[in-house]
Amino acid sequence: MRVGAILLVFLLAVPARAADAINVAVASNFSRAAAELAEQFEAETGLAVRLSIGSTGKLYAQILNGAPFDVFLAADTARPARLERSGHAVAGTRFTYATGSLVLWSRSARDCLAALTDDGAGHVALANPETAPYGKAAVEFLATAGYWESVSARAVYGENINQALQFAATGNAAIGIVARSQLTAPQLPAATCTWVVPAASSTGLEQQAVLLQRAADNANALRFFEFLGTDRARATIRRHGYELAR
Amino acid sequence: MSIFGPLWLSVQLAFATTVILVLVGTPVAWWLSQTRTRWKPVVQAVVAMPIVLPPTVLGFYLLILLGPDGAIGSWWVQLTGSALTFSFTGLVIASCIYSLPFAVQPIQNAFESLPKHYLERAWTLGASRLDAFFSVAVPLSLRGFVSGIVLSFAHTLGEFGVVLMVGGNIPGETRVISIAIYDHVESLNYTAAHQMSLLLVGFAFAVLATMFVINRRWSER
Repeated sequence: MRVGAILLVFLLAVPARAADAINVAVASNFSRAAAELAEQFEAETGLAVRLSIGSTGKLYAQILNGAPFDVFLAADTARPARLERSGHAVAGTRFTYATGSLVLWSRSARDCLAALTDDGAGHVALANPETAPYGKAAVEFLATAGYWESVSARAVYGENINQALQFAATGNAAIGIVARSQLTAPQLPAATCTWVVPAASSTGLEQQAVLLQRAADNANALRFFEFLGTDRARATIRRHGYELAR
Repeated sequence: MSIFGPLWLSVQLAFATTVILVLVGTPVAWWLSQTRTRWKPVVQAVVAMPIVLPPTVLGFYLLILLGPDGAIGSWWVQLTGSALTFSFTGLVIASCIYSLPFAVQPIQNAFESLPKHYLERAWTLGASRLDAFFSVAVPLSLRGFVSGIVLSFAHTLGEFGVVLMVGGNIPGETRVISIAIYDHVESLNYTAAHQMSLLLVGFAFAVLATMFVINRRWSER
């Protein structure tokens, strides 16, 4: 009897909460910042935010296939723009919420840049350039700076940028080409070298947010979307290693 | 990327895994079928665990074990100069663990259904234990071997999660067909995804149908 009552409470409580929650698709590089933003927003408004983390390309494909997301925080400008054009996103809502940067990270190499030309230095981890904007930017940087010839044979591809860092953090790859925002991860081992890739070496990592069509009339989702542009949210985003235009 | 490159890689991986599993799995299956130790359920559970464990658990521990700092990986680095993660060899090791129950269980079942007196007769006729094993037990358990071989081959061909975690998606080295399909689906390249998937659907059907045909012939004999 008691078990039945508890079950009933769960059955009634869970879907109600789920229906109200704001579903946000978040590019992997932004996962930690997004978690903090969601926490702040929840504390402020009492509204629940549910984050789905993945590579921008994967989330984009999911949205095209009808995934129930309200807000998309991408790692590029191209995919939100395409969603707007195809009618999957609400026109005119697209804005730049952060600009990221690439960073070389290692827990074994003394000199990150030197390790990029040293064929014997071990694997170089990056995100899959097909689906992850940070992977694409990494390949562009390696190609324009002349490192690709040495790196291509020992490159390993993470399914998203978090896996790329994981490969380097576990020592399986000698060097990771990751997002600067990831370096605040709590259990990250001490780095032996880090090197921030200058913005000019790759196309910019301007990251755009867009309100998705299914949330066009969702006041809660809109509230979260607007929260992203507030000073408080922007301060949080900056603290996670992103640049933001004033 | 050609369609056949990743498939060929998967076939090579499945072939290597199957050969190793028959060599390693047969003694294990034999021991399990003959032993009277009370530890048998424990060993059986260990062998069967990959069926139950999510590939992420295997992948996580393999990433640590096979990595350059891991117990097996560091030893391998000293031996060969390169780590096991992100390598074909690493995938073979991972697949052997992942597909172990699919080789051991059918072979063990076949051994267990052998009439005990066949072997005893061979022994009294002066055959050594090894001789009796190869000339009596193995031929009579052929069906178990075929099932074990087909299942471990097919299961390795369909491997995905473990490879995603320890493979690193390197073309020609660790980008097996399941990973290539995943990549194509994620990048909305549905034509290539269809081509590879249909190839795999056809292949899986052909392999399994062949096995069932062989099985039926056998039971008719």
